Amino acid sequence: MIASLSLILLCQLVGEVAVRALGVPVPGPVVGLVFLLLLLLARDRFPALARGPLGDDGVESASRAMLANLSLLFVPAGVGVVQKLDLLAEHGIAILVILAVSVIVTLLATVATFVAASSLLPREEDRP
Amino acid sequence: MSDNPFSLWVYLSQSPLLWLTVTLLIYAVTDAVSLKTRRHPLANPVLHSLWIIGAFLLVTKTSYTTYFAGAQFVHFLLGPATVALAVPLYENRRRVAAAILPMLVALAVGSLTAIVSVVLLAQAFGLPRDIILSLAPKSVTAGVAMGISESLHADPSLTAVSVILTGIMGAIIVTPLMNFTGITDFRGRGFAAGIAAHGIGTARAFQVDEVAGVFAGIAMSLNALVTSLLVPLAVTYLVR
Repeated sequence: MIASLSLILLCQLVGEVAVRALGVPVPGPVVGLVFLLLLLLARDRFPALARGPLGDDGVESASRAMLANLSLLFVPAGVGVVQKLDLLAEHGIAILVILAVSVIVTLLATVATFVAASSLLPREEDRP
Repeated sequence: MSDNPFSLWVYLSQSPLLWLTVTLLIYAVTDAVSLKTRRHPLANPVLHSLWIIGAFLLVTKTSYTTYFAGAQFVHFLLGPATVALAVPLYENRRRVAAAILPMLVALAVGSLTAIVSVVLLAQAFGLPRDIILSLAPKSVTAGVAMGISESLHADPSLTAVSVILTGIMGAIIVTPLMNFTGITDFRGRGFAAGIAAHGIGTARAFQVDEVAGVFAGIAMSLNALVTSLLVPLAVTYLVR
């Protein structure tokens, strides 16, 4: 558990360092995600890597536990709404309408594109 | 026993213990209620945690800074949780590889739509420039969106609020909207939820359908990558 958490934090740390060093506008944790993904893929090729947090479902179960409670992690930032009450009193209706319309448009555009693009491909079951 | 009950409150309200406990306890209760209603969209645990904790802070006249000093231990985990998204992506790599083309096309269209629609709408409503910049990354997970907002010299705390409002609205609306369209491909439905409504949409997708949840998680992590590259570009071209 601790080793798995350390590996996740280490990936994030590598991400943060890489982002600062290269000056790219990508957030550190996203680079950390790519780094962890590469580690997991490398483990398939080099079984010697399958030890510690990378062996025996370690980093996988730690990640699943964290992702199972993902929505909790948004609560502290969301409570920040109490700081923005004056701004929301002034622009709140506009902001809510803008976000709602944008969400609906984005959901529809994404799902329509996904369905349209997959209908152009041969179905999975038809492949050898 | 303390001779003045207020001195105990003054002590506790300044310690991280109280606000960390309040955050976890209220979320545990609202999540249990959500489970009891068989995950009804309107029983969204984030939505109800926010107003209950917010009201509690206002009633006790506690500043957000004091609250956050305790709640930051939970907030900090947003970064590691973003890294952890590598795991569902890895575990479903075959399914992902099989749907890679529709996903990439939908990612490009969805990510662009999320950014451009919010910027154009905000301009149409005549919102000030700093608010527009703070709203632009609203469809990606809070940790990443706040990073983007910072790099644009916008207001990261307003970004966090709009990210969470977006996520809650997406989570509430996605199921009725998708049922209305008659689309039954849960890969696509989940993917859309992850693109439009990040982690809160992903949590919702996992409640509805396992495959939808996996695709939402993938959409959310890919969108975090693409949006952090697209927002600075979009802002340069769209916001004067």
